[in-house]
Amino acid sequence: MSTPKDRTPSPQPPSAEETAGLLRELVSHLRQNRTQLREEWARRITRAQLLTAMTEEEIFAEATSVYDNYVEALETGTFEALQAYARNLSERIIPRGVETHEVVGIVLLLRDVLARSLFAKYHEDFNKLNRILDAYEPAANRIANTVAVGFVQERERVIRQQQEAIRELSTPVLQVRERLLILPIIGVIDPQRARQLTEQLLRAIRTNRAKVVVIDITGVAAMDANVANNLVQTVEAARLLGATVIVTGLSPEIAQTLVTIGVDLSEMATVGDLQGGIEEAERLIGYKVLPLSETTATA
Amino acid sequence: MEVPILKQGTYLIASIQSALTDADLSQLREALVARVGKYRARGVIVDVTALDVMDSFAVRTLRDITHMARLRGAETVIVGIQPEVAFAMVQLGLTLKGVATALDLEEGLAFLNTKARERIDRA
Repeated sequence: MSTPKDRTPSPQPPSAEETAGLLRELVSHLRQNRTQLREEWARRITRAQLLTAMTEEEIFAEATSVYDNYVEALETGTFEALQAYARNLSERIIPRGVETHEVVGIVLLLRDVLARSLFAKYHEDFNKLNRILDAYEPAANRIANTVAVGFVQERERVIRQQQEAIRELSTPVLQVRERLLILPIIGVIDPQRARQLTEQLLRAIRTNRAKVVVIDITGVAAMDANVANNLVQTVEAARLLGATVIVTGLSPEIAQTLVTIGVDLSEMATVGDLQGGIEEAERLIGYKVLPLSETTATA
Repeated sequence: MEVPILKQGTYLIASIQSALTDADLSQLREALVARVGKYRARGVIVDVTALDVMDSFAVRTLRDITHMARLRGAETVIVGIQPEVAFAMVQLGLTLKGVATALDLEEGLAFLNTKARERIDRA
C-alpha cells in the first residue's frame, strides 16, 4: 500500500457522541474565525465571478447570513431553519437572475473555505484532522444539498406559477353579443390546456347563458389526432349545456392533416374565418346586422 | 325517490331533485312515457340540475325517454347539465347523441316553443 494509513479516512466511522463532540469543536472554531472566514469566502465568490447580479455589499451581507445559518445547521444538526432560509434566499435572488450553478458554486466554495481552515488548524495532527473531516463532510454535504434543492424547488415553483399565469392569459372567453361567446385559441394545445380550456368555456357558457360559441383556431399552428379529439370533446360538452359551437379559422394545413389522419369532424360546424363564424352565430341567435343607411331606409 | 312530474300547458316537466337509483330512473321513464299519452303532451323537459354525476345508465335512460317520447309525439329536452358533469360525460364518451339539451328550464321551454312554432309553420 502506497497510501500511508493516516491519510485515508478513519476505517471506523466515529460514534455519535464523538461526532457531536467534534462538531461542537468545529462550531466553536467557525464561530471564533467568523469574520476572517466570511471575508475569505466573499472574496472567493467575487473572484470566481459568481453572483454577478449582486453588488459586493449585498454579497457580503448574504454571505454573513448564509455563514451563520450554515454554522447553526452544523451545530444543531437540524436543517429546517436552513431550508426555510434557503427558500427565502432563493425567493429574493431568483428574480435578479441568479443561476443554479452560482448558488451551488457559492455553497461549495464555503465548504472549501471551511475545509481549508480546518486543514490549517489541524495540519499537525492528521488523526484529529481525519476525524474532524469525518464529522464535517457529511454535514457539509447535506447542507450543500439542502441549499441547492431549496433553490431548485423555488425555481420550479416560480416556473409553475408562470406557466399557470400564461395558461390563464392564453384562454380568454369573450362575450361579443348577448349570448354569444368567442374563444380565440392561440399557440399549442396540449391535453392539460385542452382540459382547462373546456372547463373555462363550460363555466363561461353557464355564467353568460351563452347560446352560441365561436372557437377561433387561426392561431393554432398544428393539430394532431389528440388535439382534434379534445376539440370534438369540447364541442360535445358545450352542446350538453345547450350551446352550439362553431369552429373557425382552420388553416389549409390543419384541414389537410385532419382529413389525412381521418378525424371525424362531421359533428362540428366549421366556418372559414372568424367573421363568417360570428355572422353564422348571429343568425343562430336571431340577430341581423345591417349598415345604418339600410336600417334608416327600411324604417 | 320518485321524481315529480309537473304538467305545464302542453309540456311535462320532470325535475330530478337528488341522485337516482337505476330503479328510480326506470320508473321515471315509464311514468313520463305513460303521461305523454295521458296528457297529450307535445314536449317533455327533464331537469337534471341537481345531479352531480351522470353514469351510463342514466344517460341511456335519458336517451330512451327522448326516443320513446318522440314516438308518442312529444319532443324532449334535457336541461341543467352542470359543466363538470358535461366534462365528465364527454370524457367517458357519453354524449347524448340525438338528444336535445338546453342550459336551464327557461331555455328548455324556449326550445320547445320554437319546435312547436316550426311544427305550425310546416302545417
